[in-house]
Amino acid sequence: MASAPDIASDTMLDAFAHRHRLRPFEALPWLIAIAAFFVFPDYLALGAQILATILFALSLDLVLGYAGIVTLGHAAFFGTGAYTAGILAANGWGEPISGLIAAGAAAGAVGFATGAIILRTTGLTLLMQTLVVAAMLSELANKATRITGGADGLQGMDVWPIFGAFRFDLFGRTAYLYCAAVLLIGWLVVRSIVYSPFGRSLTGIRENVLRMHAVGAPVRRRKLIAYTISAALAGVSGALIAQTAQFVGLGALGLERSGTLLIMLIIGGVGQLYGAFIGVTIYMIAQDRFSTIDPVYWYFWIGLFMIFMVIFARGGVLGLIERVRQQIRKPSWNKPSWNKPSWNKPS
Amino acid sequence: MDDLLSAAISIAFHGLALAMVLYLISVGLSVTMGLMGFVNLAHGAFAMAGGYALTTLMSHFQLPFGVALVGAIIIVVLASLLLERLLYRRLYGGDELDQVLMTMGLIFMTVGAATYFWGPVAQPIHPPELISGQIHLGSRDFPTYRSFLILCGVVLVTFLWLALERTRFGAKVRAAVDNLRMAQSVGINTSQLFALTFALGSGLAALGGALGADLLPIVPGYALGNLVYFLIVVSVGGLGSIRGPFVAAFLVGTADTAFKYIAPELGAFFIYALTMAILLWRPRGLFGHA
Repeated sequence: MASAPDIASDTMLDAFAHRHRLRPFEALPWLIAIAAFFVFPDYLALGAQILATILFALSLDLVLGYAGIVTLGHAAFFGTGAYTAGILAANGWGEPISGLIAAGAAAGAVGFATGAIILRTTGLTLLMQTLVVAAMLSELANKATRITGGADGLQGMDVWPIFGAFRFDLFGRTAYLYCAAVLLIGWLVVRSIVYSPFGRSLTGIRENVLRMHAVGAPVRRRKLIAYTISAALAGVSGALIAQTAQFVGLGALGLERSGTLLIMLIIGGVGQLYGAFIGVTIYMIAQDRFSTIDPVYWYFWIGLFMIFMVIFARGGVLGLIERVRQQIRKPSWNKPSWNKPSWNKPS
Repeated sequence: MDDLLSAAISIAFHGLALAMVLYLISVGLSVTMGLMGFVNLAHGAFAMAGGYALTTLMSHFQLPFGVALVGAIIIVVLASLLLERLLYRRLYGGDELDQVLMTMGLIFMTVGAATYFWGPVAQPIHPPELISGQIHLGSRDFPTYRSFLILCGVVLVTFLWLALERTRFGAKVRAAVDNLRMAQSVGINTSQLFALTFALGSGLAALGGALGADLLPIVPGYALGNLVYFLIVVSVGGLGSIRGPFVAAFLVGTADTAFKYIAPELGAFFIYALTMAILLWRPRGLFGHA
């Protein structure tokens, strides 16, 4: 009699164990990144930007896709990181690795401090609070001209060679590999978080916050931890872009950056870890191609594309792939699909 | 003492003018957000369209100010009805992220389109003789155009309040904001109501954008650049309310003007800090439904 539940729990355990094992396709982004290094030697500067932005999008995915915190102010942390690394490098400490760590710590601290205040709200109010936090930081950076350079941007950054050996070269070779290495670490961090029990509880908070309260999960604290980690990663991403571009402008903190990041992530697919990789790559390559032809009208076409996405390709590229796969294979209900967010629940 | 008084009057006057523009643009957003729960980030695009339509009708077609203003509102209302049918309707009650993506897409399209047709320079408006120049009141001078703006705002606010409180349409809107499903159950045609409210909100935004062109310059980046202000007015005022956005617009307008006057180097910082504090104190805004 006891055999039926045993079998059930065995398959459950099996499913749990399999869920976070590295699958072959997860090597794909890295193989592409390595291949791109050799195939497109002229585009490594763009490649480095893409890799750093993927880290930024991953950090957003952690709060948006897993913890369900809709934010329009993630640039606050990106900018904090960028300015931290930039100010250090402009004032005589150009060591890149410690600059990254300092940037992550500063952005994490800002994330913790603001998150502790604003995460008690939800929905539109929370969206507004994130927006306002970013706007306040942007205003501070704009006015503190002596430290940040204000509207002219921070100039005179001097970034030292990595480990004292690898100089940032003109072709962006060092920058590319540097960004790829940091992204790899960031990806491992995010991946192990989302598959950990902590990550599962974040998904629980996203799906049904009342039930998580009811089972006694410390919802606020977990959201705050996720927000802080995400902020730190966003800060590291900002520092990467500051160090490789040797310049920080006010745009690093702007609404446009938060907005386009959100768009890139939605294009790829939210809450699925690889949406960040796909969305950022597509968006930034398209932007690079289009804006060399026609910088102004780029906005028109990307806007049109976004509207088409919403109508015809919900769930982004990964959602599209998933639907095609379901068309090919019959749907099997014993395959757990906890990873996919279900936004469309009736409230 | 006299200096202080004159500064206070000046701040109140210009603050009120800005508040009226912000209110006209944001009130429609507040009602549609409260009614349909739709995060319409592109609402400012309707205001911008109103501004462009006004200046183009005046400069290209040589229409007088009043006629061009009415024409601009009609154009924007028709466009908004079309967009509501084609795009917005699909996402009612849907995914918040889809709404953000679509309305951001609309904003981007307006940036590109406006640059294509009008270029990056701000469009000037030329109000007729009658409402330009100065008005002498006692020992002070006030710009006539801004006085006209305040007067327009006051008339419209009164009109809106009456419409919402005293008409059948207003009662339906209030019912649907309070409880959508119950409103549908008693036989209110909410789909039609949505379309009408949306068109009304866009029309008011167009009016606000057109009239307020000298306070919020008509440039391609309008919808994105002023988005924070509109959203502040809506969220501080409270969703689905008519009174709320008015109080919020007044707060933002006077605070913005006052800080520009007293401490320009602090800029918009205090507005943001104030917004944050109010939203922490009352997460649903000053007049939001509990």
